[in-house]
Amino acid sequence: MKRFFFDLKEGIIISLKAIAANKMRAILTTLGIIIGIVAVTTMSTAIVGLREAFLSSLSSLGNDVLYVDKFEWFGSRNWRQYRNRKDITYDQYVKLREMLPADAYEAMAPNKRTFGKTVKYKQRSVQATLIYGTTEEFIKTSGAIPENGRFMNEFEVKAGRRVCIIGQDIAKNLFPNMDPLNKYIRINNVPLKVIGVLEKQGSAFFGSFSMDGQIIMPLKVFERLFGQRHGRMLIDIKVADVNKMDDVKELVTAVMRTVRKVPPGKPNDFAVNRQDVFTEVYDKTVGVVALAGIVITALSLFVGAIGIMNIMFVSVTERTKEIGIRKAIGARTWSILLQFLSEAAIICMIGGVIGLIISFPLSLIIDRFLPTAMPLDIVFLSLVISALVGIISGFLPAYKASRLNPVEALRYE
Amino acid sequence: MNNIIKLEHIAKIYEVGAEKVHALKDVSLTIDENEYVAIMGPSGSGKSTLMNIIGCLDTPTKGTYIFTGVNVSEMDDNELAEIRNKEIGFVFQTFNLLPRSNALHNVELPLIYAGIPKNERQEKAIQALKSVGLEDRIYHKPNELSGGQRQRVAIARALVTNPSIILADEPTGNLDTKTGEDIMALFNELHEKGHTIILVTHEEYIAEHAERIIRLRDGLIERDEPVENRVIPNHTLSEG
Repeated sequence: MKRFFFDLKEGIIISLKAIAANKMRAILTTLGIIIGIVAVTTMSTAIVGLREAFLSSLSSLGNDVLYVDKFEWFGSRNWRQYRNRKDITYDQYVKLREMLPADAYEAMAPNKRTFGKTVKYKQRSVQATLIYGTTEEFIKTSGAIPENGRFMNEFEVKAGRRVCIIGQDIAKNLFPNMDPLNKYIRINNVPLKVIGVLEKQGSAFFGSFSMDGQIIMPLKVFERLFGQRHGRMLIDIKVADVNKMDDVKELVTAVMRTVRKVPPGKPNDFAVNRQDVFTEVYDKTVGVVALAGIVITALSLFVGAIGIMNIMFVSVTERTKEIGIRKAIGARTWSILLQFLSEAAIICMIGGVIGLIISFPLSLIIDRFLPTAMPLDIVFLSLVISALVGIISGFLPAYKASRLNPVEALRYE
Repeated sequence: MNNIIKLEHIAKIYEVGAEKVHALKDVSLTIDENEYVAIMGPSGSGKSTLMNIIGCLDTPTKGTYIFTGVNVSEMDDNELAEIRNKEIGFVFQTFNLLPRSNALHNVELPLIYAGIPKNERQEKAIQALKSVGLEDRIYHKPNELSGGQRQRVAIARALVTNPSIILADEPTGNLDTKTGEDIMALFNELHEKGHTIILVTHEEYIAEHAERIIRLRDGLIERDEPVENRVIPNHTLSEG
């Protein structure tokens, strides 16, 4: 083992000298590897970034929350069929709550949404991206935590008090340099008292809208403002134990069938959705495209590897005499093999490092669109890959060199 | 005296296409410690083949070769490499130095393959270069040295592992007469110090520096006899 490291060290020193003696050729050879590494790392950074962006955009949906909806997210039927289903009602929510075992869920919040409504404070006005009408338990199902002030309480919800909790963007735009708490904002000319400001949430669904532009209010107030039939109702259920998601989903489905009087044998006229259907759909579609992208860019690395192999064959032929001399004075097969393998690996790793130096700023550019920098494991992996490419593509030439007959090699001119 | 080399009925057959070439037919000989032997013969006589076999660069097709008491005719490539590394010092007609490495590194090379650490091997290499009178040339590359100096580097490289034999293949072939004479003086000196030297040459005059001449013809030993009027170079090294 000690001898192996000695041989390896000497092999590396010899190959560094050989590379230094042929700098131009080494650089040209590494070009293939550089391009390959740049392509692969940039591609995988983009792919990782894309997925991360997608996942973070889902963060407004909890991974321990079931969403009872008349629509099935990513359902296979067409939209018209879902639209014709009966709406989920507040009564159904009450019944579901009565019938579902209390230890199955932690919180349950019926809610309606509306988009793009104008909100005013004195002369200022702003578009609220999203307005929720819901109950006090929404704080648990949505994770929308107030940073200042407080969330609405049970009494305010039941009584239909005109209170609201606003997102950071609304607070900033309506109340610059002011404390929004206890001020009255107006929606459809109805005043609502601000009792809380939410923590910063970031954007959701690929930045399509900012979760910081949301307003939460009691369901009754929502219905009064926008009308009974405005917005479809969802019931968000935060399960007590995330490991029992499937069981609770079964339970909720059974209860909802009873509540909605679905005859036995008929399909559900509602859906119990989960956040992970998004991930599944993503991996099935974008994931496959991403994989193809990696494979295609990996081809450029393969072309680089062929370049290495080619140049190593040239190098071996060119140095036949040197190999003969080394063997005559006692280099074993193994020493020669190691020498040429390390030469190929070093050329490739130089290419890998240069490739990383080039692709790092590229990843910063990607970072401006997707929330990711170049992951460290990709850096490490690409160095390992480039060394492996060197060893694999250098193997045949190195093997050829190590097997040379010393007598013939010495005679070679 | 001890046998260093013992060849018994050595034959070497090369297959060139469908044809078989008998480079060596049946050669038996022994060489003792501290002998100074010249192997002579016209081209095609098999002297290069014999040298390759003695030098463990090649293995015989038939016969046994006992080298320092060990049967090397059955050894594999790596075992032979180790024998070459430790027991044989090669000196070639074309010097065969690594062109990009300086004299020191060239002399160090066999010690690298012997697994000797850097400090020790530099010390030994400098010692060997001193012994051939090149202490002031150790950082010169081969193309900065004269032919005679290159051959001395090669001799230093052959000596550095303190081998059992020094095998010189036409060592003066690429040198002018004067320089050639200097190199032969060096061999003579090494012989006097107790080294065993085998010289392969086709020049009668060079061969006469040895104590014994083995003449080959058509793959067989034609004659094997001591030299009566040895050429003793009256030179000493360190100058030239």
